[in-house]
Amino acid sequence: MSTPNLSIRDLQVSIEDKQILKGVNLSVNGGEIHAIMGPNGTGKSTLASALMGHPKYEVTSGSVTINGEDLLEMEVDERARAGLFLAMQYPSEVSGVTNSDFLRSAINAKRGEGNEISLMKFIREMDKQMEVLEMDESFATRYLNEGFSGGEKKRNEILQMMMLKPTFSILDEIDSGLDIDALKIVAAGVNEMRSPDRGVIIITHYQRLLNYIKPDFVHVFMQGKIVKSGGPELAERLEQEGYDWVKEELGIVDETVGHRV
Amino acid sequence: MSVFSREQITQLSQSQNEPKWALEKRLEAFSAIDSLPLPKLEKTNIDRWNFSEFQLYQASEKFEQAEELPDAVSRLILEESNVLVQKNDAAVYQTEKALDQGVIFTSLQTAYKQHETLLKKYLFRQDTTDRVAAIHQAFTQGGAFIYVPRNVSIKLPLQAVFWLDGKNAGMFPHVLIVAEENSRVEIVTNFLSTSSDAAVSNSVIEAFVGHGAKVQVATVSHFGNTVVDVMNRFATVGRDGDMEWIVADLSDGRIISKSTTNLKETGGHVDVKSVAFGAGEMRSNITSEILHFGTHTTSDIQARSVMKDKATSIINSITKIEKGASKSDGQQTGKVLMLDPEARGDANPILLIDENDVTAGHAASVGRIDPLTLFYLMSRGISKEEASKLIIRGFLDTIIADIPSAPLRESIHETIEGKFTS
Repeated sequence: MSTPNLSIRDLQVSIEDKQILKGVNLSVNGGEIHAIMGPNGTGKSTLASALMGHPKYEVTSGSVTINGEDLLEMEVDERARAGLFLAMQYPSEVSGVTNSDFLRSAINAKRGEGNEISLMKFIREMDKQMEVLEMDESFATRYLNEGFSGGEKKRNEILQMMMLKPTFSILDEIDSGLDIDALKIVAAGVNEMRSPDRGVIIITHYQRLLNYIKPDFVHVFMQGKIVKSGGPELAERLEQEGYDWVKEELGIVDETVGHRV
Repeated sequence: MSVFSREQITQLSQSQNEPKWALEKRLEAFSAIDSLPLPKLEKTNIDRWNFSEFQLYQASEKFEQAEELPDAVSRLILEESNVLVQKNDAAVYQTEKALDQGVIFTSLQTAYKQHETLLKKYLFRQDTTDRVAAIHQAFTQGGAFIYVPRNVSIKLPLQAVFWLDGKNAGMFPHVLIVAEENSRVEIVTNFLSTSSDAAVSNSVIEAFVGHGAKVQVATVSHFGNTVVDVMNRFATVGRDGDMEWIVADLSDGRIISKSTTNLKETGGHVDVKSVAFGAGEMRSNITSEILHFGTHTTSDIQARSVMKDKATSIINSITKIEKGASKSDGQQTGKVLMLDPEARGDANPILLIDENDVTAGHAASVGRIDPLTLFYLMSRGISKEEASKLIIRGFLDTIIADIPSAPLRESIHETIEGKFTS
């Protein structure tokens, strides 16, 4: 099998006629972990949501391919079945749908009719992954994200990723609101997924997650695009010195884009 | 009501061998029909609904075995229960499983013969204040009488199926439940029609819950789109009594569905769990009313409707706490989910409180499937159609999941499942 690849070329995205992404270029291969860093309001999360097909975002220009296929032509569910996963910052709460029913539906949607996962195998797999994430077994029968704390929602997103085993995962500020213990657990989950068949994009504005998940590439996001790229050492410098030197180097006065929310 | 005459009412009563007082109750109601107004319903115009044009059919056939019943009827029969099936006017099938000493579970007609004193104490004690209620009282046929003596707990559910069949048929079952002190009983009633002709079902279910007794009554309606389906439920709850109504309005025609529970003594409790799923041009007005009279009485109404196509659902939740009902608590939630642009719905929360020392709360919402929730589920690979189903099922399951009987939950799920594709 050839190396999996996610290619983003000159991606431009608007929300309610306001342009947020102004030409993003990024190529992620299987086995690679990319970190996208940047201050708040620079468009990082917009990139994540637009790739997944969030209904509020409109792609106005550019292209995205996943393993050579046109991602932007696909419906949201097709993107997921093509191997894309987004761990969301604010996942929805869905009343009346248990976590395990939801996950089984998702797994079976990918496997297709006639090839459904057996209940026993599913339960074994779910128990195993919940143990890695140190989640109480009651989470399996609780309604999807309903009444979950911020940290519990993040773990639940990672649980879904580990169960669905996507080719490309985007983690949108998965570290925000997590204490250091929870952060380590989530990082352990991501690291367990690491393989030459899978690529990961980590979106964050703190370096601390990257202490536990070593990135291969680090990109700085400002004004709706990637303005600087480098290796792990770039993340360390940002942690020590902040973003001002990048702005100075590139002559950027205001790094944000669109309206801050 | 010119179609019928006093003589016909008298004949109807005599053919069922009713006592004189029952005939008088019928005639009293019959003569009031034309002068009484239609019931007043919030936001539902029923002026053109047919309540009074119907024919009375006589069920000629009897069924010896459940297998002989048509599938539409037999599929509603839960395993492990005592069953009574009524077709139009009379019982056509009944199982005879062992019931505890003193328990009565029989058709109303039989009860007139064998338990007249009990019936006289409880039956037709309500004033008929509207035309539809008067029609019911004048034309009552069949129904069931359930009596549970003191300290008796019935383990298996008692089940009744009311089966409407025939062109312009009218069906008027009256179910009377008397649960004495510290008794327990679970009753499941299903209502259906097997012909696609216009028809009227106008039924009443009355429960008297004694001191410390626990009564659960489920009503599941599956009438087709040509049926006017009226169901009035009443419960009177004694000291520390516990009443639970499970209401599943799954008919597709015109629906008036109401429950009124009177918590008349200290410590009484009622739960109302109401779900509706409407398709086509279904019109429904669903009311849950609680009257708190006793101190320390508690109530909880949970009502949810899903409306598809051009269906309409009005949910009224009324909690009335009377002066003197101190330390009482009344909670209610009413939610409507509309699936299609022409589906309509409304949730009216009404709290009427005349006592200071109480707690009460309400929540109401009317909306559509949240596009962000849909996005979330689809982002895990689930198709739009499947994701919508999960959301809709989940919306109703927050109520259905609390129904204790697993076979009943499955039966309700199955009917709802059928409507997704209709």
